[in-house]
Amino acid sequence: MTGSSAFISVRSVSKAFGRFLAIDNVSMDIAQGEFFSLLGASGCGKTTLLRMLAGFESTTRGEIFIDGQPMSPVPPHHRPVNMVFQNYAIFPHLNVRDNIAYGLRKQRLPRARRHEMVEEMLELIKLPGFGTRKANELSGGQRQRIALARALILRPKVLLLDEPLGALDKQLREQMQLELRALQRKVGITFVFVTHDQEEALTLSDRIAVMQGGQVLQVDTPAGLYESPNSRSVASFIGNMNFFRGTVRRNGAANAIIETEGLGAIPVPDSRFARPDGAAVQVALRPEKFAISPTKPDAVHAVQGRLANSAYLGERSHFYITIEGRGEPIAVSAPNHNRFVANAGSHAEDTPLWLSWSSDAIVVLDPE
Amino acid sequence: MKATSHLQRPNRSLQVYAAVFLVVLYLPVLLIPLFAFNDSIYVRFPLRGFTTQWFVELWNRQPAWNAFWNSIRVGLTVAVISTVLGIVAAKAITRYRMPGRTALVTFIMMPLVIPGIIFGVALLVLLSRMGVPLSLYTVTLGHLIVCLPFAVATLLPRFEGFDRSMEEASADLGENGWWTFWRVTFPMVFPGVVASLLLTFTISFDEFIMAFFLTGTDPTLPIYIWSQLRFPQQFPSILALASLVLFFSIPLIFIAIWVGRLGVSQSSEGTAES
Ligand SMILES: Nc1ncnc2c1ncn2[C@@H]1O[C@H](COP(=O)(O)OP(=O)(O)O)[C@@H](O)[C@H]1O
Ligand SMILES: [Mg+2]
Repeated sequence: MTGSSAFISVRSVSKAFGRFLAIDNVSMDIAQGEFFSLLGASGCGKTTLLRMLAGFESTTRGEIFIDGQPMSPVPPHHRPVNMVFQNYAIFPHLNVRDNIAYGLRKQRLPRARRHEMVEEMLELIKLPGFGTRKANELSGGQRQRIALARALILRPKVLLLDEPLGALDKQLREQMQLELRALQRKVGITFVFVTHDQEEALTLSDRIAVMQGGQVLQVDTPAGLYESPNSRSVASFIGNMNFFRGTVRRNGAANAIIETEGLGAIPVPDSRFARPDGAAVQVALRPEKFAISPTKPDAVHAVQGRLANSAYLGERSHFYITIEGRGEPIAVSAPNHNRFVANAGSHAEDTPLWLSWSSDAIVVLDPE
Repeated sequence: MKATSHLQRPNRSLQVYAAVFLVVLYLPVLLIPLFAFNDSIYVRFPLRGFTTQWFVELWNRQPAWNAFWNSIRVGLTVAVISTVLGIVAAKAITRYRMPGRTALVTFIMMPLVIPGIIFGVALLVLLSRMGVPLSLYTVTLGHLIVCLPFAVATLLPRFEGFDRSMEEASADLGENGWWTFWRVTFPMVFPGVVASLLLTFTISFDEFIMAFFLTGTDPTLPIYIWSQLRFPQQFPSILALASLVLFFSIPLIFIAIWVGRLGVSQSSEGTAES
């Protein structure tokens, strides 16, 4: 993302509540039409950052630009953004139609045209004929859609969504995720989506900013975050990860190798790797990057271990395997497409087996 | 439910206490309409027979009508002004994170605990020092001080129970503070506003102490009633007047309380759900 194509540009923004720094020097660029997520545990500052985009919180330091305009002098009611609130904030004294048409007052449209626009929105959110329903006659999922329609009818340049699916049950949430993604593609509006659910973020987003303690740890595509996390926090927040202590060995050769606890020497896949000889690092490997077999496999990198624990999960199985030279067992996840894996539950504890992996599956991180 | 049922079981001695309490409190009040229909100018038992002549006499008394209209005018003015001030105060107290918030609330609520006679004397001294002649305007001023705490106390729960994101949603959808107030805040606190109007009107209409110190030549109804107590032959029609006041102000207070609660339980359920 180059600076010039950025539609929303957050520049060194901080937010202090008294002495507490809720947002700590955050910078990010969001492109037009992007589905961008803010992901992080509860309390990491996602809502605060979103409210700063909407204008409900001022920036203590730094500046937010939307469409090239600095936003600090612009009050919420003049910003080209609309928000879907965490609790939806449906006006209880208005019916569905008046809720959706709320923001149209200034456009001074004829009544018929307004109704027509509301009907179009109701069609879009798949609630046709709901116009005269009262606000208190709606389910959680319906409220969520109406909050969406109420914002989208104004054709904002940016839609901000604060955990809009958090209050829904699992099944409805999964359905709404698909609908939300389809809707975003259809209307082409930039979405900034807040969630604490990593799976949801991975499913929906073009790019994700992973946040922790008011800071942005990494901004990347879902695959980028998953395959090349830049820190242990990101690696363990997105999916599961095994971490191994390691030491860089160069021995004069161009490509470095890493002497890894329990796994032996692994060549570093990245040719730009620049750490010096003897540097301490961490090697991270996802559970599904290991292959598992009963006999020594025909692979460059393999190690023998013993089964500590296993769980059969239908399409795949999870194993915990102890190896020599490492106290903690290694988590391994394997699809159930061979007989040995599928019989996971029936293998006795301490069954000897082999783990193998490919050197380009490893991620090298700074030591703790 | 089972675990808490012992809390809901009727408590015999508490019920007896409540009954005795209510009888002692309201029995004297019930005597007023009783004697208002009694065919005797003396207030004593045994009752002498049923009559409506005191009401007829009251109807034909011009000074009573004047006092009545004075109280209505003062009551309406006080109701509107104290409710508007109450809305502003309740909004300020609940919406802005300001220093000295508790101090402000205590200050507004003070007249509830300071005896009316102290306020009355203080205002009287102040106004006479300033050379302001006593009139219905000075009574109105005194009643505002008495009624404002009730207006704030009625409106505050409304503003507190209301989800702040509603106003933010309105701003987000492009409305400024003025329009947000009229399109979202006011409709949502409306039952509280009606309750406050009814309550402050009734309090002003019945208020005696402030009016006693601050009335000029035009009496309000309670002052008129008090002034007539000296004349024994007037007494039964004053009882008739008092029973009319009772008859209208008690339902007004109940309506105020009922309207004030309208929708509060619903909206709190709504927020609990989200
Ligand atoms: N108005 C506020 N005053 C003081 N602290 C706040 C305020 N709003 C949020 N915070 C604090 O800022 C931190 C981040 O909050 P928030 O942005 O709501 O987190 P998230 O949405 O990621 O759960 C929390 O520790 C919260 O307590
Ligand atoms: Mg939040």
